[in-house]
Amino acid sequence: MRAERDLAPPPTTGILPLALEGAGYAVGGKALLSGITLRIEAGRRLIVMGANGAGKSLFLRLCHGLIDPTQGRRRWASGEARAEAQAMVFQRPVLLRRSVAANLDYPLALKGLSRAARREAVARTLDRFGLMPLAERPARLLSGGEQQRLALARAWAMRPQVLFLDEPSSALDPSATRIIEAMVEQFSEEGITIVMTTHNLGQARRLGQDLAFLHRGRLIEHRSAADFFAGPEAPEARAFLAGDLIW
Amino acid sequence: MNGPFATAFSLIASGDPALMLIIGLSLRVTLTAVLIACVVGLPLGAALALARFPGRGAVIVVFNALMGLPPVVAGLVVYLMLSRSGPLGSLALLFTPTAMIIAQTLLILPIVISLTRSVVEDLWAEYREQLRSLGASRLRAVPTLLWDGRVSLLTGVLAGFGRASAEVGAVLIVGGNIAGHTRTMTTAITLETNRGNLGLAVALGIILLTLTLTLNAAAWGAGQWARGRLG
Repeated sequence: MRAERDLAPPPTTGILPLALEGAGYAVGGKALLSGITLRIEAGRRLIVMGANGAGKSLFLRLCHGLIDPTQGRRRWASGEARAEAQAMVFQRPVLLRRSVAANLDYPLALKGLSRAARREAVARTLDRFGLMPLAERPARLLSGGEQQRLALARAWAMRPQVLFLDEPSSALDPSATRIIEAMVEQFSEEGITIVMTTHNLGQARRLGQDLAFLHRGRLIEHRSAADFFAGPEAPEARAFLAGDLIW
Repeated sequence: MNGPFATAFSLIASGDPALMLIIGLSLRVTLTAVLIACVVGLPLGAALALARFPGRGAVIVVFNALMGLPPVVAGLVVYLMLSRSGPLGSLALLFTPTAMIIAQTLLILPIVISLTRSVVEDLWAEYREQLRSLGASRLRAVPTLLWDGRVSLLTGVLAGFGRASAEVGAVLIVGGNIAGHTRTMTTAITLETNRGNLGLAVALGIILLTLTLTLNAAAWGAGQWARGRLG
């Protein structure tokens, strides 16, 4: 089983769409997410918006499987979650205290790839994202932008079908943000499904195909991004957009 | 006052064979004990950091308390185990270097376990979600966290070495301070001081201090270098 994976192409059976059916998450009787029903379709870019504390990060964690719904259901089309077909980039990514190359190698070793296959995959990833000159540098000493680039490259190297991104550029300057956005777009063009939270309206407009708007742990709008920005139906979403525009 | 120091330096300078034997045995016993305590204590401490089970708090408190275990008590416990009428008496290990290694391992183990748990627990809080997302199980996370905490863990290992190399109670009880067989630097210092043979005692004291100082300097240097290099 393990040896076969070395040669196997990326999994052909899709794990998407992902369906949440009345999914909720409560801690100590306090509902942090509730009654969320939506389908995440393969090959799309879904942007998740909402005010601070609306539950955006929890929503991503729930989809990714870092937390399980305390009510309702989470169903992958493949029937099982298949962790190896998913990846997530955190707002502040945790890079291991090792070299850039070793950080790329780590999840591939977890997947059971052979040493030779890993070496090739790491080299390909370094090359593709212009990280070759940084390969032997300790990952923790990179700049914020470089660290996030490495985190995205690491996620890409895992060959996921779906990539979750939790405000990946919120701590970055505009030029680093542009690099991250370009990477996300490339991933999307390669067929990787994107689910990304952001509170940056411009970024949501640039990257969003679908848009989900969360308010106090509830999904109150889920439409095409174009429709959403043309005029959201929910008053909370309108207020959110208006507030953001004033800023 | 000049007497003992002059004797000490001439003993050290001449490489006195009895002195070398004592130093060699001390290092062998203590370093072996440190090695065993690390092999057992590092994974165990990390497992304790990641595992959740009833009574976990009590286990942590016990190991923390055992860090202060008096060496003579550790010696006594090992003595009771290894003495002829004890459960392991048939092994005939009492008054051998092996018995001393066992006693010192017992002394160091709680230090390595407790400090490892503390370091790994902090690291786990930071790494947990990321490692799960990358596909690491809890068990697989253990070596990852130990490796990423290597600089901090070195402190725990050094503390263990310091405790073992400095103690006299445990090795005296289970080793018996037999010349050429189980006599270490600390037991020799005790004996020679009692005998009024201060030269040898001072020589051993100087060497013991120098060793500890050198090792700590090396570890501190390595730590500084690693911090700069690994972030």
